[in-house]
Amino acid sequence: MLAYIIRRVAQSILVLLVTGFVAFSMFSFVGDPVENMLGQERTQADVDRLREQLGLDQPFVVQYGKFLQQAAQGNFGLSYRQGRPVSDILAERLPATLELAAVSGLLALMGGIGFGIFTAIRRRGVGANVIMTLSLVGVSLPTFLIGILLIYVFSVELGWLPSFGRGDVVEIGGWTTGFLTASGLKALVLPAITLGLYQMTLIMRLVRTEMLEVLRMDYIRFARARGLRERAINFRHALKNTLVPVITITGLQLGSIIAFAIITETVFQWPGVGLLFINAIQFVDIPVMAAYLMMISVMFVGINLIVDLLYFAIDPRLRIDGKAGGH
Amino acid sequence: MSDHQAEIETRRTPGRLARAWDSDLAYSFRHAPVAMVSAAVVLILVLSALLAPWIAPYDPFDPGSLNLMNGFTPPGQPNAFTQETFVLGTDDQGRDVFSTILFGMRISLFVGFSAVLLAMVIGVVLGLLAGYLGGWVESVIMRVADIQLTFPAILVAMLIFGIAKGITPPAYRDQMAIWVLILAIGLSDWVQFARVVRGATLVEKSRDYVQAARLVGRRPFSIMIRHILPNVLNPVLVIATISLALAIIAEATLSFLGVGAPPTKPSLGTLIRIGQGFMFSGEWWILLFPALTLLALALSINLLGDWLRDALNPRLR
Amino acid sequence: MSDPVLSVRDLVVEIPTRRGVLRPVDGVSYDIAAGEILGVVGESGAGKSMTGNAVIGLLDRPARITSGEILLTGQPIHRLQGEALRRLRGRRMGMIFQDPLTSLNPLLTVGDQLTETILEHLDVSPAEARERAVAALDEVGIPAARQRIGSYPHEFSGGMRQRVVIALALCAEPELVIADEPTTALDVSVQAQIVALLKRLCRERGVAVMLVTHDMGVIAEAADRVAVMYAGRLAELGPVRDVVTAARHPYTAGLMASTPDASRGQRRLRQIPGAMPRLDALPVGCAFHPRCDRAEPRCRQTPGPTLSACDGRAACWFPLGQPKEVLA
Repeated sequence: MLAYIIRRVAQSILVLLVTGFVAFSMFSFVGDPVENMLGQERTQADVDRLREQLGLDQPFVVQYGKFLQQAAQGNFGLSYRQGRPVSDILAERLPATLELAAVSGLLALMGGIGFGIFTAIRRRGVGANVIMTLSLVGVSLPTFLIGILLIYVFSVELGWLPSFGRGDVVEIGGWTTGFLTASGLKALVLPAITLGLYQMTLIMRLVRTEMLEVLRMDYIRFARARGLRERAINFRHALKNTLVPVITITGLQLGSIIAFAIITETVFQWPGVGLLFINAIQFVDIPVMAAYLMMISVMFVGINLIVDLLYFAIDPRLRIDGKAGGH
Repeated sequence: MSDHQAEIETRRTPGRLARAWDSDLAYSFRHAPVAMVSAAVVLILVLSALLAPWIAPYDPFDPGSLNLMNGFTPPGQPNAFTQETFVLGTDDQGRDVFSTILFGMRISLFVGFSAVLLAMVIGVVLGLLAGYLGGWVESVIMRVADIQLTFPAILVAMLIFGIAKGITPPAYRDQMAIWVLILAIGLSDWVQFARVVRGATLVEKSRDYVQAARLVGRRPFSIMIRHILPNVLNPVLVIATISLALAIIAEATLSFLGVGAPPTKPSLGTLIRIGQGFMFSGEWWILLFPALTLLALALSINLLGDWLRDALNPRLR
Repeated sequence: MSDPVLSVRDLVVEIPTRRGVLRPVDGVSYDIAAGEILGVVGESGAGKSMTGNAVIGLLDRPARITSGEILLTGQPIHRLQGEALRRLRGRRMGMIFQDPLTSLNPLLTVGDQLTETILEHLDVSPAEARERAVAALDEVGIPAARQRIGSYPHEFSGGMRQRVVIALALCAEPELVIADEPTTALDVSVQAQIVALLKRLCRERGVAVMLVTHDMGVIAEAADRVAVMYAGRLAELGPVRDVVTAARHPYTAGLMASTPDASRGQRRLRQIPGAMPRLDALPVGCAFHPRCDRAEPRCRQTPGPTLSACDGRAACWFPLGQPKEVLA
């Protein structure tokens, strides 16, 4: 088991090194930030001064070393566009994204597992079929359209909820939260549903598929042959076996919520890191793009590690021989 | 149970694909009204996109034909100034919404198909290489696949788009945007293809005839390919269909976010981005019709893919 | 005489398919008395597992019982559904599956799986259920049962796992046990132990056992009577000694001749020519006639007699050991 965890940690470090290299390559090879930052009327002196200020005048290897060293400290230099330290910009934007992601993730998880179990157990029922059809519409409906639809219904037509922004926020020790004000909570509703709905349908379909797979297993037949109640069979025997694969994908889904937040944040002009990233792409603001990439990979790698540890909690087979895996 | 095993054995007999294609698939299609309707919708949309230059009443990319006076004409009603009527109305610049949708769908479908083709080619080739060569080639390919899978495809596509945008000189950015989109979406979506093909290759590699070919000193690669490709045709087809829907949605999303097709060459996503701005001022048609078209396209392809997966029933998750 | 534990009367199971209705079980009748082991043999697809599944009410859709009766100690159970059927399963009839690797839930300890079954069916306290679970494991020959009760299935060997499965099937003290190929997935060395265990438990507890297998050796070892199935129908039914030594149905005779037997020396094995027909392509007349060297015109036209209707124990127009002329 220890060997397994060590291997997973090594893999995580590899992922971080690879993304780090991608991020660094972006700095080195992509575009000329100086050209992006200075307007048409520039002198060579302006260019040189800025190059030196951004550290672009140094050799490749030195830049790489400096990048790794500084990235580890969370320092990604100045934003080409705003001229402020990237870490400061990220820090003030992150709470908005994390709060949105947390609420959406909770929604997606509870709804997805609940509906997934329901549609698997009542496979031939009318309700299950309706939900499955709706979920297919949900998967086909791009996130941004869901957002627009919600805005149209609840903001434009009904006028119940705000269509953009975070509402009033309260600052607690450097963390801005929208949970504590009425307008903050109201502003959270539509973005959270928009972001959570797609993940919910994915999780639901996954739980359903896995559950149906498990319900076909011999031990379920045997449980039935032993006269156990349907509830015990579904929840005690089937659900637990469903959880192992579900946790993998769900874990990844929760990670991708942070990435998908980019879309939702754009639709609702939610002042989080996703909106920051999309603006960075539009203006080829490499330091912000690189920092976002590194931040996201650290989060994903962290989530993956947690998922791996959860396996051990659920599957006793893994506790004995570390090499077996549920994936 | 032994009876079950017997049944599974008979299902695996060679020629299954050909038989399924002849009888079972066609039968299942005839008895799946949803699949039939979806296929019809896809067919109509693809055809009208292909024939857009001929069936569109206006050429939205010809500045000469535009009349700003026609701006914001509601659907089906004559314009207050010019008395011209447009089936689905016009946008702010007086472009016929129906025509922009037809041409926009052309771009969406072109990007979608090309991206899936690219992903398929990359995935199949890398999958074959990984499965056949094994060793470090396989390790590298599958490790890259794993790392890429760690990130959502849309994020990878955005990143590729951002990098490519940085590399291209600003003057060419609009021109290159479509190709960059194809590259970004295609590169973000090859992993699934590679996994399936690699799996099939590994199975095939262990077969007796491959071992035999190896023993007599022949390179079994070409014979293998002839055996692998029919085996992976079903799952690859299913993945490609579902990927097509995903690629179209990805393209629309990127364009909507402003990191895709430019306003001068609008795809459905760009049109929705433009239309969103007029949602609050009451010009709903500029948003609604492109959105409905995108939904119809994505939904019918998804439904088709769903049916195909059930009908062919490859072991897909 | 009291009712047999299990009576199956003219049981028909049908599967509607789009190419027509299949009959994997077609007019099967037999009894099993308390403490008796009835062996059911036949090739894959002969309908033996399907019969067992029909009895315990675990037919997979769309298969269903379309006619006939199943009586458990005289009570009809073939129409029961849902809750009523569930109460019978485990409590009055248990089932043992082929593969002990897959029939135990890998994420629950064997103790959990035993106690949940006991608590479901017997009115005992959790503590007593646990005691009974230990006793059940002990009875099927798991060493150090009290320590092993907290173990997960993967911590047992294949043979031990099958013992756990048997303990699970018997822990709520059913009167009938259906064992569906209980030894097929096991090592040869373990098979005999499991058969002996089943036989001992059957005798000690007076349980009726339906032992489904394709292995004549297992039948000869354990069964009191044997039912031979072919293409969904009973071909022959009788005491195991009679059937083994003097088969009446040509199919049974062929089956015996093709079974290796050390006591008969290294004789060359005979095999029955051809293969059992698929259910969707049954021949007209007796299903066995294309492979039968005794087939007469009658066999090609009229389906074989059903067992209850013919005077012998074989469903054959021209059984072995009797002059043809008399019956013709």
